[in-house]
Amino acid sequence: MSVKLVLRNKEYEVKAGMALLDALKKCDIVPESVIATRNGELITEDELLIDGETIKLIAVISGG
Amino acid sequence: MKCKKCGARASVNMRQHRMALCKEHFVEWIPEQTERFIKKYNMFARDEKILVAVSGGKDSLSLWDILVRLGYQADGLYLGLGIDGGVQYSSESHRLTDEFAKRHNLKLHVVDIEGEYGYSIPVLSDISHRGKGKPCSVCGLTKRHEMNRIARDLGYDVLATGHNLDDEAAVLFGNTLQWSSDYLLRQGPVLPSKDGLARKVKPLCRFYEREMTAYAIARGIEYIYDECPYAEGATQIFYKETLNQLENSRPGAKLTFYLRFLEARQSGNLFIEKDREAAYNIHPCERCGQPTSAPELCSFCRMLEKAKTVSE
Repeated sequence: MSVKLVLRNKEYEVKAGMALLDALKKCDIVPESVIATRNGELITEDELLIDGETIKLIAVISGG
Repeated sequence: MKCKKCGARASVNMRQHRMALCKEHFVEWIPEQTERFIKKYNMFARDEKILVAVSGGKDSLSLWDILVRLGYQADGLYLGLGIDGGVQYSSESHRLTDEFAKRHNLKLHVVDIEGEYGYSIPVLSDISHRGKGKPCSVCGLTKRHEMNRIARDLGYDVLATGHNLDDEAAVLFGNTLQWSSDYLLRQGPVLPSKDGLARKVKPLCRFYEREMTAYAIARGIEYIYDECPYAEGATQIFYKETLNQLENSRPGAKLTFYLRFLEARQSGNLFIEKDREAAYNIHPCERCGQPTSAPELCSFCRMLEKAKTVSE
């Protein structure tokens, strides 16, 4: 019963059934700094994570 | 979470606006708001020629996409900086920009800095000893110079850049930490043309970086995801991360920070020494007699008054 979150070249594993927001907090990822996609589609932070799926997180910060 | 407009499953939640939208309504909402900001800040008119500075990143390509969708005459300018960093950063960003222009049948001007001046940005940085070992200062200077030169030489009315609210808030934060009054007084959505400088505008200045990322993804815009190899450890990124921590706890904090600054600047009160007498016009409260600067009742008595009204 796990879900994979992928951010750049890092992978995080969280429990299925959690809301995305809780999963991000558990992984110490600031929700404001990422956009999440499920199968290429944008999802909001209240989405419940489904067993076996991979959520791709896209870092939003750029600049220098 | 449901779309505020149609009730379908939402794709993007914007906590600062207390609004979530589905993909279809989100990609409509962004250009509508952009048009509103263009008019609100008098950025440009329909008959003016716009040069969009495009880097291959999400913001500038999205800006170009939005302006074209809104029907503006917008051509692109890509500056080849000669940055490799092991990821062929410049050549990849050029490829993505070029592909975007071709796919949408848009005019793209390309200036290769090394071809034009004999040095790439990293080399120019090395030999000029500017910027404490990092090429960012030389890069910024060169980009500003070249964007202005091309805009003027090719007869464009206005130069548009893809700065988003996070960019603006980070600059504002840095300048506030140092109380750089000169820079603070110059920051804004529009820099008017003056003494050979082209008018510069930032139509995305009120969108969060997160929204611009969502827009690029929702519109299927392929942009360079790799960070500039020289951006690691950059102060501006640290400021953005810091502001995002704040935003996370206090939704809307970044927007308020920027908008209240613009209001203060527009009012002309920013950094003007006020008449101290007027600023501290203290007088006794009409009810309790304690000193107050508020007219009539002091804040405490107003609070009691309000509590009394509510409890009656």
